[in-house]
Amino acid sequence: MATTEEMADEKMQDAHTPVSPLFGSCPIPIFEHRQIVLGHGSGGKLTADLIDKIFLPAFRNPVLDKLDDQAVVTIGGARLAFTTDSFVVTPIFFPGGDIGTLAVHGTVNDLAMSGARPLYLSAAFILEEGLAVDDLRRVVASMRAAAEEAGVQLVTGDTKVVDRGKGDQIFITTTGIGAIESGANISADRAQPGDAILLSGTIGDHGMAIMSQREGLEFEGAIESDCAPLHGLVAAMLAAPAPDGADFLHCLRDPTRGGVATTLNEIAKRAGVGMMLRERAIPVRESVKGACEVLGLDPLYVANEGKLLAIVRPEMANAVLGQMREHRLGRDAAIIGEVVAEHPGMVLMKTEIGGTRVLDVMFGEQLPRIC
Amino acid sequence: MKYLDEYRDGDVAGKIVAEMRRIQTRPWVLMEVCGGQTHSIVKNGLDQLLPEGVELVHGPGCPVCVTPLEMIDKAHAIARRRDVIFCSFGDMLRVPGSDGDLFTIKSEGGDVRVVYSPLDCVKIARANPARQIVFFAIGFETTAPANAMLAWRAREEQMANVSLLVSHVLVPPALEAILASPENRVQGFLGPGHVCAVMGYGEYVPISARHKVPIVVTGFEPLDILEGTLMTMRQLEEGRAAVENQYSRVLDRAGNLAAQKLVGKVFEVGDRKWRGIGTIPMSGYRLREEFARHDAERLFDVAEIATLEPEICISGEILRGIKKPHDCPAFGTLCSPQHPLGATMVSAEGACAAYYAYGRHLKPQGRDALHQIAGGTRPAAGGALWGDAGRA
Repeated sequence: MATTEEMADEKMQDAHTPVSPLFGSCPIPIFEHRQIVLGHGSGGKLTADLIDKIFLPAFRNPVLDKLDDQAVVTIGGARLAFTTDSFVVTPIFFPGGDIGTLAVHGTVNDLAMSGARPLYLSAAFILEEGLAVDDLRRVVASMRAAAEEAGVQLVTGDTKVVDRGKGDQIFITTTGIGAIESGANISADRAQPGDAILLSGTIGDHGMAIMSQREGLEFEGAIESDCAPLHGLVAAMLAAPAPDGADFLHCLRDPTRGGVATTLNEIAKRAGVGMMLRERAIPVRESVKGACEVLGLDPLYVANEGKLLAIVRPEMANAVLGQMREHRLGRDAAIIGEVVAEHPGMVLMKTEIGGTRVLDVMFGEQLPRIC
Repeated sequence: MKYLDEYRDGDVAGKIVAEMRRIQTRPWVLMEVCGGQTHSIVKNGLDQLLPEGVELVHGPGCPVCVTPLEMIDKAHAIARRRDVIFCSFGDMLRVPGSDGDLFTIKSEGGDVRVVYSPLDCVKIARANPARQIVFFAIGFETTAPANAMLAWRAREEQMANVSLLVSHVLVPPALEAILASPENRVQGFLGPGHVCAVMGYGEYVPISARHKVPIVVTGFEPLDILEGTLMTMRQLEEGRAAVENQYSRVLDRAGNLAAQKLVGKVFEVGDRKWRGIGTIPMSGYRLREEFARHDAERLFDVAEIATLEPEICISGEILRGIKKPHDCPAFGTLCSPQHPLGATMVSAEGACAAYYAYGRHLKPQGRDALHQIAGGTRPAAGGALWGDAGRA
């Protein structure tokens, strides 16, 4: 539950003003859902609302309150990163990966975003009656390959089976532990005005790979998920030669659900800073751009599974960028904007054409527009 | 990206704006008709680029916004039925009715599905012969041909379990209503590109002539909109009022004749209620009698559903170009995309929603806040920012 995107701090703005009695019997729409709707799981505003109102009041403690992608705890003098994540993707096999690779990389990446070296994973499987054993075998083989690639061991697990129709083929929950060996102190609340915002590569690849598969769309140059373990890239970034110690990497996040826009909003709110991005600097693959245009979606809100955002002390930005570009997973890395003192809690973007716009948090599900 | 980047080039934009400056002798108020244009303007910050005194007001062309609340309530009543699979374009799912939205109904067990094409309903109907497939057929002339095709196929293939809940509206009667209003401020229109791709632009010629107002049919990319604005200004500065076509790479005067023919066979023109505006005579499509078996309003007992709208909401005036979102006392406080009180906050294409999502950092100062602050091409970030975001 300590994963980030689920735990955005929404205190600063958009506190929903109570409905004025002025309206009497007028049909004022309901934001307070009586049931869980799909949007509660989208990583956007509705998810944050659920966390603020239900989970945080119940479990509040200093570790959880940081609302990072992982909890960082000290046990017997060792700093450990600890995180968990559930995976419910449909279709379970997609170009560039499957639910198994995702389940390993997702948790490895949440650990990596603290600067930790991922060590051990657990995996819990909820299987739907009727799932083909061959499909399960394929998923497990992917998990094994992904774990090997990431250098983690899967050391414990659990299996449950539910009636046909009570699940969607296979749900996987992975939990991970990693060791923070460097002196890194990485947390969303550490972003400071002047810091540079770095992005490790093209955005939207994972989300659009899933969408095109789901919609049966074929695009020139097939879109593949970017699903990948990021701890190696993080280690490379931390190894950037710093003149005065290692504390130059202030925040790290992997922009999964809700995309780059939602993740940066979370950081801006946590740290009480503003951000100014340059649309022109944000790398988007042509095929992803095209698919987004066709489906009426904005790549800034589409999920990634092998990308990270880093907030870095300005004088170290180019050194870190250089380290990223040397790494296989950071070849297209770019500095996409700056942290600013103005408009705290808000992310703005200079558009390609020369205007400025607000990049808001995603509300619920991203919906295709009619025209 | 090919066919897109060419229309998003900042240098060309600068040249078009410079030409506007060169020819401008006085202030002008123009209206972009389409919601898609409004979205593009605010998303790209185009209104911040325009010369001072060139004001774009946002028109009635967001189909989600103008669909009346009672039609939403009818949709919800149908979607709640256990024998129904309710299919809709994506952005209708979040539109609140008097009691929740389609997402809520889905969470309560209703079978609500997002489709990209109305014809997806044919497949769904074949796979679910025991259930009623109802498609929420909304939109302007743009979506009418695909919606008409669904009704046509349903009748031809005798699919007794396919019906349409129709709430189609038409652009020309809305323009007439705006121009006929004594409060009208609009001096020229950026015409609806995609509507005209279907219908052609012949029907705008008499409107332009009768009201002596330039109408430039315009596309949706940033440079389309800037060029459409320049063409409209040029007509105004030269004292002309004609229909011109900026979007010639997509459409011509005649439009898509096959689509028009199909629409004519399936739909007939009738009075329609517009959310925020009221009933406009002969302003929408309804299914012809021959398609009565596929008319969801007749199949399901929803005729008596009627609703009231919040009084504070000024979306009617915004849709007619009389006011702007910042003029509303509820904007950003009582009314937000999460809590929409009216038409223009409901969809991403609505003017209020677009201002909220992309432009709420611009401090409103009276009637035409964006222009007073942005002051031509001066970037909006240059000191005119809200310290406390989202509480405009």
